[in-house]
Amino acid sequence: MAGSMTSPLLQVRGLTVQFRTDRGFVNAVDSVSLNVDAGETLAVVGESGSGKSVTALSLLRLVPSPQGRIVAGEVIFDGQDLLTLDDRQMRAVRGNRIAMIFQEPMSSLNPTLTMGLQVAEPFSIHDGTPWAAALGKAKTLLDRVRIPDSGARLAAYPHQFSGGMRQRVMIAMALACRPRMIIADEPTTALDVTVQAQILDLLKELTQETRSALILITHDLGVVARYADRVCVMYAGRIVETGTARDIYERASHPYTRALMASIPRLDRDTATRLEPIEGYPPSLAQLPPGCAFHPRCRFAADPCGRRVPMLEKIGERHHRACFVDAAV
Amino acid sequence: MPPSENDAPLLCVERLKVHFPLYKGVIFKRRVGAAQAVDGVSFTLRAGETLGLVGESGCGKSTTGLAVLRMTEVNDGRVVFEGRDITRLDRAGMQPIRRRMQMVYQDPYGSLNPRMPVADIIGEPLAVHGLAPGKAERRERARELLQMVGLRADMIDRYPHEFSGGQRQRIGIARAIAVHPGLLICDEPVSALDVSIQAQVVNLFEDLQERFGMAYIFIAHDLAVVRHVSDRIAVMYLGRIVEVAASADLYRQPLHPYTQALLAAIPIPDPAAEAARPRQIVAGEVPSVLRPPSGCRFHTRCPKAMPVCARIEPVLAGEGGTHAVACHLHNAVEGEAA
Ligand SMILES: Nc1ncnc2c1ncn2[C@@H]1O[C@H](COP(=O)(O)OP(=O)(O)O)[C@@H](O)[C@H]1O
Ligand SMILES: Nc1ncnc2c1ncn2[C@@H]1O[C@H](COP(=O)(O)OP(=O)(O)O)[C@@H](O)[C@H]1O
Ligand code: SF4
Ligand SMILES: [Mg+2]
Ligand SMILES: [Mg+2]
Repeated sequence: MAGSMTSPLLQVRGLTVQFRTDRGFVNAVDSVSLNVDAGETLAVVGESGSGKSVTALSLLRLVPSPQGRIVAGEVIFDGQDLLTLDDRQMRAVRGNRIAMIFQEPMSSLNPTLTMGLQVAEPFSIHDGTPWAAALGKAKTLLDRVRIPDSGARLAAYPHQFSGGMRQRVMIAMALACRPRMIIADEPTTALDVTVQAQILDLLKELTQETRSALILITHDLGVVARYADRVCVMYAGRIVETGTARDIYERASHPYTRALMASIPRLDRDTATRLEPIEGYPPSLAQLPPGCAFHPRCRFAADPCGRRVPMLEKIGERHHRACFVDAAV
Repeated sequence: MPPSENDAPLLCVERLKVHFPLYKGVIFKRRVGAAQAVDGVSFTLRAGETLGLVGESGCGKSTTGLAVLRMTEVNDGRVVFEGRDITRLDRAGMQPIRRRMQMVYQDPYGSLNPRMPVADIIGEPLAVHGLAPGKAERRERARELLQMVGLRADMIDRYPHEFSGGQRQRIGIARAIAVHPGLLICDEPVSALDVSIQAQVVNLFEDLQERFGMAYIFIAHDLAVVRHVSDRIAVMYLGRIVEVAASADLYRQPLHPYTQALLAAIPIPDPAAEAARPRQIVAGEVPSVLRPPSGCRFHTRCPKAMPVCARIEPVLAGEGGTHAVACHLHNAVEGEAA
């Protein structure tokens, strides 16, 4: 956005993704715009169904088709609109320049093949590295993500790895071709807090070392505070607020962001106070309220909110929000 | 009803052991060992009190809850509920106890019969325990219960799929409290819910406790949630309780290195505080329950382990007191120099 001299690594403009459902067409992602600078960590937060995963998948053009379709927008990565590439060019981007890590590593692993085979295969296929050397590279990668006893682990099958160890392997594979950007979609949601901290520390350390950008998708506001440089808050398919981590935590401006912050119990706060829940439930995309999708649950809702959709507006250096009401500022 | 020190405890769990035998071979099954899921767990719970159970997955939290309910076999130890030893009761003997202890599950989807309307889901335990003999009476009671958990009475003829996750968890809670239990065992009851919905359900638990004086065993991996709802918290590691304390004390002054590790791992939603916080992430993962480490089970991961830790099992000392810990740093071993 305006202000930065060099153009960002990734520029998403007006991205809209539609799904055909039995209740008609829904916009799972609606006019999403965001930037990611080289080497920075952008967190995307929001509740389930808010469009985080679909956003991530559409950056790599992996939206399940035919039910899902990118209907509008630009995804400019390194100066090139990914939405205009042909399939072969897109395959070269995936894995090589942008890598993805999913919540459930088993979905990306073949249970019948040893880990060594799966980690070494890309070297052997793409670079034509001899097999023994490819296995050696695989071992080096496992060492890099600190998998103990890596030599022996190459011969083990995915189910013989713990969830945390599998996710380490996924990180190793993602980093193998030195991507410029990694997208991690809830990579630690299924893991214990201790293992989560190990994995995210590792991911952060390695992305810093390789200067690759990280898009970290999570619903955990603690994780965002610990690891993100900047944050996008999503609600019902749209970005409702975006800013630096400090903007979002110290100067949250959108009523949804503020309500979300107030609703979580915190280790660093007194427990005697009652939690302040957000009343109601997140809307179904098939029956979105008119105007601002949050307005039926919003304490500040006023006249325009149920009629017009608020656009993201700049309220600080890198701070934007989509809300009509100033009472919340 | 405020719990008082003199009350006889509602629940007394003593040296509870649950070991799952492990077999190998298809035709000639050989017993090759046992998973020591719960291995000598003791705690008490007073009426109206909430005890939180935390620890990494596989530490035996759910098994402890199930053993108290006698929904899994108890190998050793005792469960005393409302003054009665229920450890060896048979099915018929357990029937009246079942009414007094109910369970709320993590998965509001899996725990409700999808083919039953809400009226029958909530009415079923009333029928089983003969609390509302007529169908009309059960229906009326189900309507009341729905309102009690924050749903509308006119939702009574709907099916589970017509509700959101948070609403389904409310239905599960209505079913559990229908029979006036004295103890609710809640196994990860808000973990599957969205952040904005968790607070609604946490508040509901608090309101219902205030109103009916139920005690809770609240199992969850989210320590911030557990601290919020619990009076006391027991930290479990590999089948043992390693520390138990009033929840404020546990957070203010965690004594066991494992408790300290758990707390350090939890990120705080404040970037400035996070940036300033020293980072001490515990290494490794929970070892297998099939071969728990010797001595202190945490010694393989403990940043403060001493030679004695690998040899001698520390006991949970301060039992009955307010803050008990099982660690050689705090409880000197007699005749041993650490
Ligand atoms: N394969 C699909 N078919 C139909 N709708 C889908 C599909 N995948 C996602 N959606 C819709 O897109 C919305 C956003 O989903 P998602 O991006 O997965 O949310 P999040 O990752 O934030 O939990 C959901 O509400 C869902 O209804
Ligand atoms: N039915 C069972 N058969 C064999 N092992 C079991 C069974 N149930 C639990 N376990 C084992 O017992 C240990 C404790 O499990 P559990 O009580 O579910 O832990 P938690 O709830 O703390 O995650 C785990 O190692 C688990 O694999
Ligand atoms: S007993 Fe030893 S190994 Fe165990 S927690 Fe205490 S210091 Fe660490
Ligand atoms: Mg998702
Ligand atoms: Mg469990």
